[in-house]
Amino acid sequence: MFSSVEDTINLLHKHHYITEIGLATCLFLSQKLGKAIFLEGEPGVGKTEIAKVLSQILDTPLIRLQCYEGLDISQAVYEWNYPRQLLEIQSRQNHANGSESVIDDIFTEKFLFKRPLLQAIDDSHTASPVLLIDELDRADEEFESFLLELLSDFQITIPEIGTLRAKHRPIVIITSNRTREIHDALKRRCTYYWIDYPSRQKELAILRLKLPDAVDVLSRQVVDFVQWVRQQEINKPPGVSETLDWAEALGYLNTQTLDADVIKRTLGFILKYQDDVSKIQSEVTEQLLEKVLYGAQ
Amino acid sequence: MALNNDHYEERPTDSFMTNMLSFIQCLRRAGLPVSSNQVMDFVQSLTLIHIGQRDQVYFTARCLLVSRYEHLVLFETIFNAFWKIPSVSGQSAPKKAPRASRHDKQQQPALITYMASKARPHDPELDVFDKSATYSDLELLSRKDFLQMTPEELDAVKQLIQAMRWQACFRKSRRQVASPTGDKLHMRRVMASAARHGGVPLALSWQTRKIKQRPIVLIADISGSMEKYSRLVLQFFFSLSHSLKNVECFVFGTRLTRISLQLKLKNIDRAVNDAASEVVDWSGGTRIGESLSTFNRQWSRRVLRRGAIVMIVSDGWERSDIDNLRTQMRYLQLRCYRLIWLNPLMGKTNYQPQVEGMAAALPFIDDFLPIHNLHSLSTLAVHLSALSS
Repeated sequence: MFSSVEDTINLLHKHHYITEIGLATCLFLSQKLGKAIFLEGEPGVGKTEIAKVLSQILDTPLIRLQCYEGLDISQAVYEWNYPRQLLEIQSRQNHANGSESVIDDIFTEKFLFKRPLLQAIDDSHTASPVLLIDELDRADEEFESFLLELLSDFQITIPEIGTLRAKHRPIVIITSNRTREIHDALKRRCTYYWIDYPSRQKELAILRLKLPDAVDVLSRQVVDFVQWVRQQEINKPPGVSETLDWAEALGYLNTQTLDADVIKRTLGFILKYQDDVSKIQSEVTEQLLEKVLYGAQ
Repeated sequence: MALNNDHYEERPTDSFMTNMLSFIQCLRRAGLPVSSNQVMDFVQSLTLIHIGQRDQVYFTARCLLVSRYEHLVLFETIFNAFWKIPSVSGQSAPKKAPRASRHDKQQQPALITYMASKARPHDPELDVFDKSATYSDLELLSRKDFLQMTPEELDAVKQLIQAMRWQACFRKSRRQVASPTGDKLHMRRVMASAARHGGVPLALSWQTRKIKQRPIVLIADISGSMEKYSRLVLQFFFSLSHSLKNVECFVFGTRLTRISLQLKLKNIDRAVNDAASEVVDWSGGTRIGESLSTFNRQWSRRVLRRGAIVMIVSDGWERSDIDNLRTQMRYLQLRCYRLIWLNPLMGKTNYQPQVEGMAAALPFIDDFLPIHNLHSLSTLAVHLSALSS
């Protein structure tokens, strides 16, 4: 897939994902060492996106497991198809020929619902699929231990069947918003990378790449303003996805340049707490914009 | 030695490897937990990248040897100190290594000794204090305000607090567990038993939602006005975090400090000492609003998960921004299951919450309780266990 760190950066860029050398090194090495990638960072900095891009680059399916509280084996790994098992038993009883027991072989792969983790190591893949385990911090601590076997040996043990092993090791990406600390045992099996908010240049490059039709002056102002907002003391600083949303929304409003009025009307695109909105609203004045948007030039 | 972009030998040499290993030694000495598996991966990776490029080596080391956000800055410092651009001397190791904070067990005489020395001159000496107190002694002690206690009595109280058993409230989690009184079929078990009975599901098994303890978050004021209670509050925190799961402890005066890890130590005196040495602003001014704002921004999303119970111990003497305190209290109340305020001044007869800060916070508090003697602690314990949903 990737032959060097530079190659990684270029390939990702070709697929519309701008990254810095740190994340590229991490991706390159995890591919070479066959390790999972553990990504942490604030919401909206492109953690989930990287999995989508990887599956595009490799042209393999993306298997996604969204974590939530109470997630357990039956939703993440496998579940037996109980109705089918019951029907099978019934039909065997009706057509009993004496030679075969009615309960033989109802615990075989035919009766198995494969959930994302099992799908990822399924034999049917012709190449390594990308497995995205999204927002692992939302699952309970108990769930992490299911992952240990998968991540170290890329195999899953089902008591009734035995151990299933991946023919093509999936490329595993785990993301966390860090609402709680993930256990070290799991993290040690991964390469770790913290994705920060992007620098001004990087954010502008992302904006230009994702919204090529946007007015250039406006894009620059949007980035400058968002960068300023991130430095304020607010509850939830906007991520890159909020910047993109905002820039796109401003485009629909036919905005050519930012002014205090349009900012106040559309602040909801980058700030998601009323406290934050009113705080920033009260601070946005023409003088401030003068400084934030034109000061840098 | 330096990493630069010259025509550097692209294979790691022996001396390069030796240097890498002593670099790892440096990391370990600084308290970064680096396992030998991680080292092996790292050494293997060095053959895959351009080791002539400083950036690549840096990020390779970082993504394989560091697995915690808190350690990133420390790692960067050590990396830059170790692989610095060559100066006149060939020495590469930094003279004084920085350390990861949670591994720093340096003991500093803290609040305890300070309070003991302060208490002695004024308090009457008690010759003998019978620790196996009789019922009436205990009864007296439990009603006595902490402020009026002698050091010996405080010591006895410490033992009593330590022995307290806490029961926090529970909630139903989304996780399912097998239970005979459950309301949902446990199909896997039903099928397993059906298989044993010739395919007929004779016995039905049930499952229900698992009961879990709610997380507890403790935030204590240790500013000047609360000074006399600080030590007892820490002992109270210690007792809670040892009998319950998922307890997070914070203290603040002018700034917020997290002391959860320190209070996890087994020995109560060491734990309280360690926690005390972590704090930089003992008995200073009070900035409740600002400290809560720090909590809300930096910690609330991490510790207020899943219906947490928050307890704030403070007398409500806010010295600065009352509006900010109101905003932060509202934010906090909306994000936890129960917001409890424990106020030591409530022990006084005819106490009225008229301090400006306290009055501002009051509308956002679910339970306003006293914490001035042992009896109030047991009332709190009863109250907590009654919160179960």
